[in-house]
Amino acid sequence: MSNDHVIKVEGLTKMFGDFTAVNAITFEVEKGEIFGFLGANGAGKTTAMKMLIGISTPTSGKANVAGFDVFTNAEDIKKNIGYMSQKFALYDDLTVKENITFFGGIYGLSRKEIKEKSAVLIEELELEKAANKLVGSLPLGWKQKLSFSVSLLHDPKIVFLDEPTGGVDPITRRQFWEMIYKAANQGTTVFVTTHYMDEAEYCDRVSIMVNGTIEALDTPKKLKERFKTDTMNDVFLKLARG
Amino acid sequence: MKRFIGFIKKEYYHIFRDKRSLFILFGMPIAQIMLFGFAITNEINNVDIAILDHSKDVDTKEIIHKISASKYFSIDQLIEKESDIETIFKKGKVKAVLNFEKDFGKNLIKDGEATIQIITDATDPNTANTISNYVNAILAQYQKELNKDVTIAYQITPRTRMVYNPELKSVYMFVPGVMTIILMLVSAMMTSISITREKELGTMEILLVSPLKPFQVIVGKVFPYIFLSIINAVVIVLLSIFIFKMPVQGSLFLLALESILFIISALALGILISTISATQQTAMMISLMGLMLPVILLSGFIFPISSMPLPLQLISNIIPAKWFIIIIKGIMLKGVGFQFIWKETLILVGMTVFFIGLSVKKYKIRLE
Repeated sequence: MSNDHVIKVEGLTKMFGDFTAVNAITFEVEKGEIFGFLGANGAGKTTAMKMLIGISTPTSGKANVAGFDVFTNAEDIKKNIGYMSQKFALYDDLTVKENITFFGGIYGLSRKEIKEKSAVLIEELELEKAANKLVGSLPLGWKQKLSFSVSLLHDPKIVFLDEPTGGVDPITRRQFWEMIYKAANQGTTVFVTTHYMDEAEYCDRVSIMVNGTIEALDTPKKLKERFKTDTMNDVFLKLARG
Repeated sequence: MKRFIGFIKKEYYHIFRDKRSLFILFGMPIAQIMLFGFAITNEINNVDIAILDHSKDVDTKEIIHKISASKYFSIDQLIEKESDIETIFKKGKVKAVLNFEKDFGKNLIKDGEATIQIITDATDPNTANTISNYVNAILAQYQKELNKDVTIAYQITPRTRMVYNPELKSVYMFVPGVMTIILMLVSAMMTSISITREKELGTMEILLVSPLKPFQVIVGKVFPYIFLSIINAVVIVLLSIFIFKMPVQGSLFLLALESILFIISALALGILISTISATQQTAMMISLMGLMLPVILLSGFIFPISSMPLPLQLISNIIPAKWFIIIIKGIMLKGVGFQFIWKETLILVGMTVFFIGLSVKKYKIRLE
């Protein structure tokens, strides 16, 4: 395995009883890459992601995340990844600072590190005035940007984003993607699932899942050439409709 | 350890910033103990009764005097005819009517026997029963005074002694029950709600993806409630000692240990509920229906288990609260030591281990 591959998946399968949710998927993700993980609802992307982040044990296959095996070293994987779920997942009844302190704390950051990082983070997000306000009182867009920053707090090698921009206005989505680019430029690998096909265009490489298998995996440009369309949306429609 | 402290701090923020849970945690125990102690009582005091005296002689006057002198009754009115009885019962204020037959005193002397009718309003059967018992006691007393000089050849005099609660104060019975309910409520319901809330909000997922181990997450969530439940138990015991003058005969240390055991078994139940419910509402409904009702109805708190039909008696055995009530009644009222309650304690320990085991297993399945 080359050192540049932070995620290496081979024949990864997950069965729920008779139902095969993820059917022998194989792919690799390089360091610092923005990897788009696309698929219709129920195509199996969330299940696949759950296996990679160590909260669901695969039925068969091989997977190595951040240098650790998902079967034997799930706990080590957890220390090296960040995760942001499709539901907004900070505590509404805690202030911005308290949330940062809490999540920094459970990732084992020292008090000094937490203090420094939260100062930087609050400044970057221009949240100075809201630092001591309850997160519940912030607009959704801010919450999501905050949530993303919190998932990067412990400098993870890979950050997994599960439909991070659901329900957010276009301007905030744009800002959100700027944050993603920034993280990728600093060497963090970004693994992102999304519904928005325009967002797929921002990814370095895109995989499209249909019924538990990966039907296409390439750069957006090559995918469009291959399917002879102008937009990722058409690529997706052609694949999903078979 | 540092992670753990951070986690607990977060739980306290949740609890103390939510007025509803604060109220359930601290308002409810005090309100309940006050309600059960003062309002809901089996004793009778100053019950209004009416007298229908067809005889109006020395004996009836003396009996009426004795009745009105007791603190249990106050004579609301004297009525003159039978048809008035129905009317005053319908008004609802008077709970009993004493109907002396005509020539009561004369019959008593001539035949050695006279009749008095005690008519009670049995819409509330317990009160009706108590009233009739109390009136009978007063009549028996009077009878005894009349027979002072006469020697009866054979006589059985029952001398009833009520031990452990000589004044038959109902608050003595309610304190252990309320304590059980509150500990169950706080420990099981509040924890199951707080864990399902994290599931609902999606934060549970984030916690499980973090380096925290699942059991650390659960212990972290449960720990504050152990602490708060202990505070509640202390508040309840203090209230009952200082406001209701209820003595705690046995060892406070033993009481504390047994309470902690019960708290842990309730917490395990709370975790179990949270593993099977997806939303806070479900968790609350299951806690209320599945835990609170059995605790109130089948634990022997209000209704004596011995008078239940056999199937219910059997079911009552699987309710942890039943055993806890036996234990704390023993310690608080009888002052018994561990040698008298070790069996119940063992059962409770067994149940606790079972619930913890089951919830750990369920929790693992859910993670899959």
